[in-house]
Amino acid sequence: MLQISKIHSYYGQAHILTDVSLEVNAGEVVVLLGRNGAGKSTTLKSIIGLVRPASGAVVFAGTRIERLAPYRIARMGLGYVPEERRIFTDLSVLENLEVGRQPPRARAPTWDFEKLGALFPNLREMPDRLGGRMSGGEQQMLTIARTLMGNPACILLDEPSEGVAPVIVDQMAEAIRGLKAAGVAILLSEQNLHFAMEVADRAYIIEKGGIRFEGTMQALSANAEVQAQYLAV
Amino acid sequence: MSPDAFAVQFLNGLASASTLFLIAVGLSLIFGVTRIVNFAHGSFYMLGIFVAYSLVTRIGDSPFGFWVSMLLAALVVAIVGLLVELVLLRRIYQAPELFQLLATFAVVLIVRDATLAIWGPEDLLGPRAPGLKGSVDILGRQFPTYDLVLICIGPAVLAALWFVLTRTRFGVLIRAATQDRDMVGALGVNQAWLFSGVFALGAFLAALGGALQLPREPANLGIDLVAIGEAFVVVVVGGMGSIPGAFLAAFIIAEIKAMCFAIGQTTLFGVSFSFSKLTLVVEFLVMAAVLIWRPWGLMGRPGAATRNAAEIEVPLKPADARTRKLGWVVLIALVLLPLVGTAFPYTIVLSIDILVAVLFATSLHFIMGPGGMHSFGHAAYFGLGAYGAGLLVKQLGWPMEGALAAAPVAAAVGALIFGWFCVRLSGVYLAMLTLAFAQIVWSIAFQWDELTGGSNGIVGLWPAEWLSEKWAYYYLTLTLTVAGVLLLWRVLLAPFGYALRAGRDSPLRADAIGIDVFHTQWMGFVLAGAVCGVAGGLFAFSKGSIAPEAISVGRSIDGLVMVLLGGIQTLSGPVVGAALFTWLQDLIAREFQYWRAALGFTILVLVLAFPLGVAGSIKRLFVKEVA
Repeated sequence: MLQISKIHSYYGQAHILTDVSLEVNAGEVVVLLGRNGAGKSTTLKSIIGLVRPASGAVVFAGTRIERLAPYRIARMGLGYVPEERRIFTDLSVLENLEVGRQPPRARAPTWDFEKLGALFPNLREMPDRLGGRMSGGEQQMLTIARTLMGNPACILLDEPSEGVAPVIVDQMAEAIRGLKAAGVAILLSEQNLHFAMEVADRAYIIEKGGIRFEGTMQALSANAEVQAQYLAV
Repeated sequence: MSPDAFAVQFLNGLASASTLFLIAVGLSLIFGVTRIVNFAHGSFYMLGIFVAYSLVTRIGDSPFGFWVSMLLAALVVAIVGLLVELVLLRRIYQAPELFQLLATFAVVLIVRDATLAIWGPEDLLGPRAPGLKGSVDILGRQFPTYDLVLICIGPAVLAALWFVLTRTRFGVLIRAATQDRDMVGALGVNQAWLFSGVFALGAFLAALGGALQLPREPANLGIDLVAIGEAFVVVVVGGMGSIPGAFLAAFIIAEIKAMCFAIGQTTLFGVSFSFSKLTLVVEFLVMAAVLIWRPWGLMGRPGAATRNAAEIEVPLKPADARTRKLGWVVLIALVLLPLVGTAFPYTIVLSIDILVAVLFATSLHFIMGPGGMHSFGHAAYFGLGAYGAGLLVKQLGWPMEGALAAAPVAAAVGALIFGWFCVRLSGVYLAMLTLAFAQIVWSIAFQWDELTGGSNGIVGLWPAEWLSEKWAYYYLTLTLTVAGVLLLWRVLLAPFGYALRAGRDSPLRADAIGIDVFHTQWMGFVLAGAVCGVAGGLFAFSKGSIAPEAISVGRSIDGLVMVLLGGIQTLSGPVVGAALFTWLQDLIAREFQYWRAALGFTILVLVLAFPLGVAGSIKRLFVKEVA
C-alpha cells in the first residue's frame, strides 16, 4: 500500500533523513520507533509532502507521490495526523471535522460523525465545543477523527500517545485496533515501546535519520540488545 | 454641542463606518488566509468607484439600474483581483513577506496608471442615487437618505459574511486556513483555490465600498493610498484577521472622526484648539494607543513572535579585497563626477538626489535587515531632520551649517520616543505602528500652518554662501553620505551589530546570553533615525524647501522599494537599490507619461526574477559557495 524507498530529507542545510526505506501493507499497523530527534516526524512529513524529500521515492497505492502537493496526496486517501495535533482552535468539533471531509472512496471505510462517535465516545458528547476548549486527550481524538473524515485508506499517526493521560493512551490503543479492524492501514511513530507492543504488527527503529532495525513485534520484543541500544532512555 | 448637530454627526460617522468596514474586512480576510498584506486593496476600492461611474452613467438612471451597477462594478473588480492573484501572487506565496508587499505595491502603481489611461486625470462626480436623492429630517436637520441606506449596508454585509463563514464549507475552510493553512492542505484542501476565492471576495468587498461612495464623493486618482492607509488602521486596531474586530474598529474610528468634526473649534484650558484639524491624524493616534495597549488589536489574538520567522541568512561579512577595490573605483568616480558634470549640469542635481536616497535607504536597511524591524514609516525621521533644520533656520535664524548639524539630533529625538514604543512589537504590527508615527509627523507638518507653513512647507532654505555652487553642495552631500554609510556598516560589523542581528534571529536566546535585546533594538532605531535625519537635512537644503509631500507615506514606501530592490541581505543592497530606483524613477518620469505603471512593471520583473534583490543576486553569481 505504501512504500518508501531510500529517501533523504533536509531542513535547510541539515541532513535529517539518510536513506530511509520502509513499507506498510494493506490493513497493517506498522510502528516507527525511535528517540526524540531520531527523524520519526520528518519521515511522516516527507511522506505527506510537508517536507519534500531531496531524493528517493514514495509510492502510495501504486503512484509516485514524493513530488505532489500535500492536498493531492491527502486526496489519494493517505491521511496525516500531526504530532502537535494542530486543531483549529476557533472552530467547533463539527467544523474541524468538516475541514477534513472528503468524498467517499472505493477500498476505504467511509466515516461520519456517528461512526467516529463510536470510535471516540468523548467527541459524541461535544459536537459544538470549540477546539481550543478541549483537553489534550480530546484534541488528540479530534485530530485523528478529522483526518478520518477524509476516508483514508492509510493514515500516518505521529506520536498519538505523547503528552496525554494514561487513560487516554488506553483509549488511543483501543481506537487504533478499531481502525485496523475497519481496514485502515496505519503507520505510527512512537517512543513508547509498551504502547507500540499493544497495537502494532511490525516495527522499524529509526536512529539519527536512518533505519536500524526492521521486524515483527515478536522479534523486537525478543531482541533486548536492539531495545537497549536504540530505545532505552 | 447641540443634540441635533451631535445626532447628525453621529449618523455621518455611521455612514463612513460602513464604507470603512467594507474596505477593511476584505483586507483582513485576505491577510488572515494568505498572510499577504495587500497594498493593492486601496486600488480595488478606487477601481470600484471608477467602474461604478462608468456603469451608473450608462445604465444607472433607474433605482434598479443603479443598484445593479453597484454590484456589477464590484464583480468586475473582483475579476481583476482574481487575475492579480492568479497571475502574480500565486507565484510568490513562498517569498518573504516584504517581497509580497513590494509586489502588491507594484500593482498599486499599475492600477493607478491604468485608471489614468482609461478615465483620465479629472475627478468624476457620479449622479446621486435614483430614488434616494432627498433627505430626511433628523431633529430639525437634513440628513441625506442615501447615507441612511449606507448605514444599513455595513451591518448587512457583516451579517452576510457571518453567514458565509459559519454556515458554508467555504467559510469554514477560510476560518481554518486563517489559523493553519498548511494543515488545511494536509487534509486534502487545495489551498490555491481557497486563496483565489478569498482574494476575489476581498476585492469584491473593497470595490463595493468604493462603488457605494460614488454618490457621496468624486472618483479621484489619489484615493487609493488614502483608502489603504485607513483600511490598514482599521484592520490593525480591530485585530488582523478578525471580522467583528474590523467592524468594531471601523465604528470607533469613524465615530471619533465624526465627533472631532462636531466639536470643531473649541477652547480648552484657555487654549483655542481645532478638533476638526485633528481628523487627519486621529485614526493614527487611536492605532498607536491600541497597539501599545493591546498589540494584537481589539479583537485579535496574540500571535507567536514573527520577527525571527525570516529565512536563515548568511552572516554579514566585511567586504573582501575585490569588493573593496570596486568600492574605491566607485568612490573615485563620484569624486571626479563634477568634472564631467559641468557639461551636464543636471547630472550633479540627479547625483545629489541619488546620494540623499542612498543615505535614506541605508539607514532604513540598518533597522530592517540586520535589525529585523520592518519600518513603514521611515519618512518620519527624514521629515524630522528636514523640518528640524528648516525651522532652526527660519524660526531661530540659525546658520545653515548649524541647522544641518542639528538635523540628526532632531530625528534622533523623534526616533528615541517612537522607537521606545515600536521595538516592543514585531511583524505587521511593528510596520503599522511605524506608519502611524510617520503619519502623525506628516500631519503635524501639514496642519500646523503657523509653524510649518502647512501644505506649502518651509521655503527659502538655501545652503550657506560657500556651498551655493551645485558642485560644492554635491561634495558636502557626498562626504556626509559616505560617512553615514560607512558608519552604519562599521556598526553592523561591531559587537553592537552582532547583538542587533542576534536579537533579530532569536530574541529569546539573545536575551538568555545576556544581550539586552530591547535596548539594542531601541538604540539601533535611534541611530538609524539620526542618520536618516542627515539625509532629510541634506534634502531640504538641496531643494531650497521642505513640504509635507516630501515626507509622506510615499517616501517611506520608496525607501522600502529601494532596500528590497537592492537586496535586504547584503550591506551594499540599499546603496545599489537607492541608486537604481532614483535613477529609474527620474529617467522614466521624464520620458514617459505612464511612469508609475512602468515602474510597477519593473518592480514586478525584479521581484519575480531577483528574489534576493539586485545586489544579492549579483553576489550570488560571484560567490559560488554559500557558507
